[in-house]
Amino acid sequence: MSQILTVANKEFQDGLRNRWLVSITIIFAILSIGLTYFGAAASGSVGITSLSTTVASLASLAVFLIPLIALLLSYDSFVGEQESGTLLLLLTYPLSKTQLLLGKFIGQGGIIALATLLGFGASAILLYFQLGDSAVIQTFALFIASAILLGLSFTAIAYLISLSVSEKSKAAGFALITWFLFALAFDLALLALLVGIENGLTQQGLMQLMMLNPADIFRLVNLAGLDSSDVNGVLAIAINASLSQGQLFSILIAWVVLPLTLATFIFRKKTL
Amino acid sequence: MNSPLITLNNVSKRYRQLDALTSVSMSLNQGEVLGLFGHNGAGKTTMMKLILGVISPSQGEVIVMGGAPDSKEAWHLREKIGYLPENVSFYEQLTGLEVLTYFTKLKGFSGKDAKKYAISLLEQVGVAHAMKRQVKTYSKGMRQRLGLAQAFIGKPKLLLLDEPTVGLDPIATADFYKTVDQLKIQGTSVILCSHVLPGVEQHIDRALILSSGKVLAMGTLVELRNKANLPVAIKPSGLNGAVLEDIKLNGFFCKNTNSLKVPENKKMTVLKQLLSYDNLADIEVETASLERLYQYYLNLDPSLDLNSDSNNRTQRSTLEEAGK
Repeated sequence: MSQILTVANKEFQDGLRNRWLVSITIIFAILSIGLTYFGAAASGSVGITSLSTTVASLASLAVFLIPLIALLLSYDSFVGEQESGTLLLLLTYPLSKTQLLLGKFIGQGGIIALATLLGFGASAILLYFQLGDSAVIQTFALFIASAILLGLSFTAIAYLISLSVSEKSKAAGFALITWFLFALAFDLALLALLVGIENGLTQQGLMQLMMLNPADIFRLVNLAGLDSSDVNGVLAIAINASLSQGQLFSILIAWVVLPLTLATFIFRKKTL
Repeated sequence: MNSPLITLNNVSKRYRQLDALTSVSMSLNQGEVLGLFGHNGAGKTTMMKLILGVISPSQGEVIVMGGAPDSKEAWHLREKIGYLPENVSFYEQLTGLEVLTYFTKLKGFSGKDAKKYAISLLEQVGVAHAMKRQVKTYSKGMRQRLGLAQAFIGKPKLLLLDEPTVGLDPIATADFYKTVDQLKIQGTSVILCSHVLPGVEQHIDRALILSSGKVLAMGTLVELRNKANLPVAIKPSGLNGAVLEDIKLNGFFCKNTNSLKVPENKKMTVLKQLLSYDNLADIEVETASLERLYQYYLNLDPSLDLNSDSNNRTQRSTLEEAGK
């Protein structure tokens, strides 16, 4: 356990030193505070908008940003150390591969989680004081929790990439492709399926397909409870057949645990 | 105490199509320093990785301190093993002290002890003055010293050093060998892998020469010298061609180097004969250096051969037997 904490502490310190924590927090804070104030600018008014509009806009932006940030933060975790030779050295220490992986995950996941909490928490507090509605805290708690899980999920996916390739530049390329597939292409493909093939996809089938993408699960968690006027696209259809929040969260957690387990497996098989 | 610290029994390692090591057998006792020599890709690093337990052998068995190093039970033994990889670049953005404290903690030291211990190690290798600076500002020699400090953490019983003196200036190299000698006295076994042959010989007990994954020769330098039967170069001065007229000497004369190449067992006879000349001004005697031994065993320099080819072959095979 102390080995895991030593690694986690080092990775967390790296995140602080490289200004990751500060930059992510600032990005999230500016984004969320900005959207809180100007989210309704399109409808002609500036100022605090309704809770559902805010969360809907935040969710649709966060769903692009969080995976990108998580992948950027972690894609070189292993392949970088492999290139510099420290990975081989670490493995000659009394430290198992699982301990090293978990340590890194806790450290880098900690950076993402803390930045998400601070960044989005800022606008939650702002909204709470403006609206004085306790629903704000509840909605944001859900939003932040799912955002953290989304970040952790893509951290684990980044480890999969980092452990499967042997060059840092390749890992960067794969990370970019992964982001494109999950954040953009997947939804386009779903839309194409819906529109292009008549009766090709039932509502139930659509839901099941969406479970294959953690970003979509994140969207569902946050948009399911909102007025449907703030939600459009594939989601509007899917929401009608929504699973319970508990189920969605379980699947999101599975999207953290499964890639992490698979990464551990790949790491154990990996020869240096 | 009597059982060897490391034993390799007929070990082979195969990577997909490449035979990195082929039936290698060797052993290393406590407090012994083994020099591991071979060209690039001869299997030196593979051998070290096998001993470290980072990879598992395809065939044969590796026993380190009484167990298989790649087994789970061996993890606690890793605290007693120090390793300096070739070409390691430490976390550039961290300071030297931070890097070493991290590794010290991973070796099982806790909190404040780790930092204190790290400082003392940095003092030992002579980079304490730069310990608050980021590693990216370090010179190659300083990085190498940092790596050595890392290998020395926890007074290891076994040290595996891959090219330890690369990038070190002569004084630092001398310091390094002094440290190796001290560790040896304390009972540490060392495997030293080096391309820089001059200077290594005084510090190693035995040498192992690898080529293409096979053991070409193993033994003490004296044994290797005897078996290779390399000539001793004797260079007398002041004789003015008297050597060529002396029947006892002219058979050994070599024009290229203007010296006598004498087999080890004839050395004293020749020396006595030379000393009988009154006008002998000076005499230089040079026994086969590690470099020449290495070249001999790699068969790269057949001109050094005194023996016929067939004789040579049998000698080599007996050597390999002796190695096992």
